[in-house]
Amino acid sequence: MFDFLTDASQLADVLGTALRLSIPLIFAAMGGLLCERSGVFNIALEGQILFGAFGAAVGAYYFGTPYMGLLIAIAFGALSGVLLAVLGVTLRVNQIVVGIAIILFAAGFTSFMSRLLFPGGGNSLKLNGFENIDIPVLSDIPVLGPVLFSQNGLVYGALFAVIAVHFVLFRTRVGMSIRAVGESPAAADAAGIHVFGLRYACVIVGSSMAALGGAYLVLTQVLLFSDNMSAGKGFIALAAIVLGRWQPRIAFMACLLFGFFDAVQLRLQFDQPEIPFQVFAALPYLVAILALVGLMGQANPPASVGRPYDREMR
Amino acid sequence: MTAAPDRLALEGIVKQFGTFRANDDVNLRIAKGSIHAILGENGAGKSTLMNVIYGLYEQDAGRIISNGQEVRITDPREAMALGIGMVHQHFKQVNTMSVVENVVLGLPGKQILDLDDDRRRVRELAAELGSEIDPDQPMWTLPIGTQQRVEILKMLYRDADLLILDEPTSVLTPTEIRAFFDLLEKLRESGRTILLITHKLDEVMDLADRVTVMRLGRVEAELEIAETNPRELARVMVGRDVVFDVEHTAPKVGDPVLEIEGISAVDNRGIGALDGLSLTVRGGEILGLVGIDGNGQGELAETIAGLRDISKGRISICGQDARGFDPAQRKSALGMGYVPEDRQKVGLDLDSDIAFNMVLRSFRAPPFSRAGWINFRKIRSHAEDLAGRYDVRMQNVSQRVRDLSGGNQQKIILAREIEDDPRLLVVAQPTKGLDVGAIEFVQRTLLAQRDRGTGVLYISSELEELLLVADRLAVIFKGRIVGEMPASEATSEKLGLLMTGKELTT
Repeated sequence: MFDFLTDASQLADVLGTALRLSIPLIFAAMGGLLCERSGVFNIALEGQILFGAFGAAVGAYYFGTPYMGLLIAIAFGALSGVLLAVLGVTLRVNQIVVGIAIILFAAGFTSFMSRLLFPGGGNSLKLNGFENIDIPVLSDIPVLGPVLFSQNGLVYGALFAVIAVHFVLFRTRVGMSIRAVGESPAAADAAGIHVFGLRYACVIVGSSMAALGGAYLVLTQVLLFSDNMSAGKGFIALAAIVLGRWQPRIAFMACLLFGFFDAVQLRLQFDQPEIPFQVFAALPYLVAILALVGLMGQANPPASVGRPYDREMR
Repeated sequence: MTAAPDRLALEGIVKQFGTFRANDDVNLRIAKGSIHAILGENGAGKSTLMNVIYGLYEQDAGRIISNGQEVRITDPREAMALGIGMVHQHFKQVNTMSVVENVVLGLPGKQILDLDDDRRRVRELAAELGSEIDPDQPMWTLPIGTQQRVEILKMLYRDADLLILDEPTSVLTPTEIRAFFDLLEKLRESGRTILLITHKLDEVMDLADRVTVMRLGRVEAELEIAETNPRELARVMVGRDVVFDVEHTAPKVGDPVLEIEGISAVDNRGIGALDGLSLTVRGGEILGLVGIDGNGQGELAETIAGLRDISKGRISICGQDARGFDPAQRKSALGMGYVPEDRQKVGLDLDSDIAFNMVLRSFRAPPFSRAGWINFRKIRSHAEDLAGRYDVRMQNVSQRVRDLSGGNQQKIILAREIEDDPRLLVVAQPTKGLDVGAIEFVQRTLLAQRDRGTGVLYISSELEELLLVADRLAVIFKGRIVGEMPASEATSEKLGLLMTGKELTT
């Protein structure tokens, strides 16, 4: 059943699939991590992936180029971030409730609009997507070459996002302020840091990153838009953040882990047609649950995550 | 003495929360290079006033004059730019970050972090203040006294020359307080101005040059320390004469209500905190537990309350082995009342109302609930009755406990724990952060319980308080009882020796 793991070409195939499936998770996890580090719960990742996918389809369809798709995806993500920030930071609405509202709104809005904007619905689109970029020499390495060095720009973008989030959070002054705001907004405020400004910035940037995950699905994978195509990836990304203990590098590895199990289950579906595919489809989620159980009691979220800040609160 | 120019002056400051006037026409002048104390009970409006100066609150009326210039401070950043730094009672620091990160937090500088220079300057500044601080240590691993030094250091790092210290000694042990006073005097010598907010009379008398006494949001008096005395200050602060002594009759000692035999337990970090400790409290006596903070007092209280497991030994409450009884049962079945040290986190649910907090430990049983239905009317009337008898100052019992002063919060806990006539009462630091009036109330309540026949274990780091109230004293050191004596034979010298682990020579 697992002999594909020992065959070089099949293994390369599974690993390649794993990386492809990880990319939306990585974008969403990095975006969500940035929000949570600043003290804002962003459980809307699922909806933001969907917004990003829809925005990408709109841009690529109307302008004929994936670059416009990317741009509009980011715009949709940023707008959902503004919504989350206004409600969850300024107006101090419960951030979980706001997140759920954004998820539901994204599902309804994108399904409806795709029927309105795309002839025959999003499913029959054939969009212009991004091509793979072969990095010379490196892409010729057996097994790893095609997996790592023959990918499209968004894959490299996701890897860059991990490095960027890590660098900003732990190597820059603004990153130190972000972490302080997430841990203790009162302390940050007293130290003269703009708590609200930083939270807005993190939420908007983070939400845009999550939307890139959706853009990736549309512009490099399926080249069309279908209803609810985020398919739970936003929630898996939330699990990856927890599993990664709010550290970008570990969260990145958690995304790869979930992507790998997703690839394995696809392979098993394909190889074992006699077993109902739902059994395998549950695998990544099962892994997520087991991984979180294994982590029991060790998770240390930013101390003030999900708690709106109110200076005059006594 | 020639009058130094004013470092800061306030004229007619008013700050209102809803209909409540926290500051009402407050005037204040602070001379440069002096230690100026603001004295007042909890809820007198001291902290509100400081938050106005520091830009955390904006005043509804009045002027602030800094170094002769009228200023508007709407933000801590602006206060800092004026050289005003504040150390809050509850430190404003990020526990997961290191000392140096906390110090430079919010300061402008190169985007790419390079804290080597800052590390060096933190070390230098710490040495200047007469202490050694490792800039890379995470904040939460430092003792409270050191954390406070970091807070002060943080202000000096920002070139503050007016330091506002809000109840700075409320978190310190007696030894730390001494060192802290030296530090303040050092700061004054270096030409800085200190505004000390406190409700402790002895601190004001020891340290300050001038004192402003506040009561109910207004300035009651502004006095030169050399021209006043503690009794006068207390009278102005409370608005009536305060009795410093409590009436203390001989105890009528009964059967043991708490027997502890050789218990051991670990603290939150898994390090041994109690090491074969034995102790007996009898009905009708107050046993004072003396010790320097961090010698196992907190853990002892928690093991008795059933909040911490013991690895060895045995605890009996009213003759029954307490093992297998959870904290709720220890109250209901064994007759133990417990006033925890951290009243805000452990003792109360701050965001619930007074009525609910009064039945926090009993609402699941009759008469407050039957067959799963809560009788809210009963809970309300019960709370109103208790609030009246324990003198809880409030608007009504539906008020959030968070909005009450520390003294009133403590009264709620006392009322709740005492009301069903416990046979054993464990109280940990019951007067911490309270003002004289409230302290008096707490002590009288505990004495009344004793006279009723309750055995009281009174854990405190305030030596004088224990000498005043307790019948017998036990000294804890490194998780063991190292000495016991009747209060009549105890002196601070004897206790001081035992507290630091030395033997009594006689």
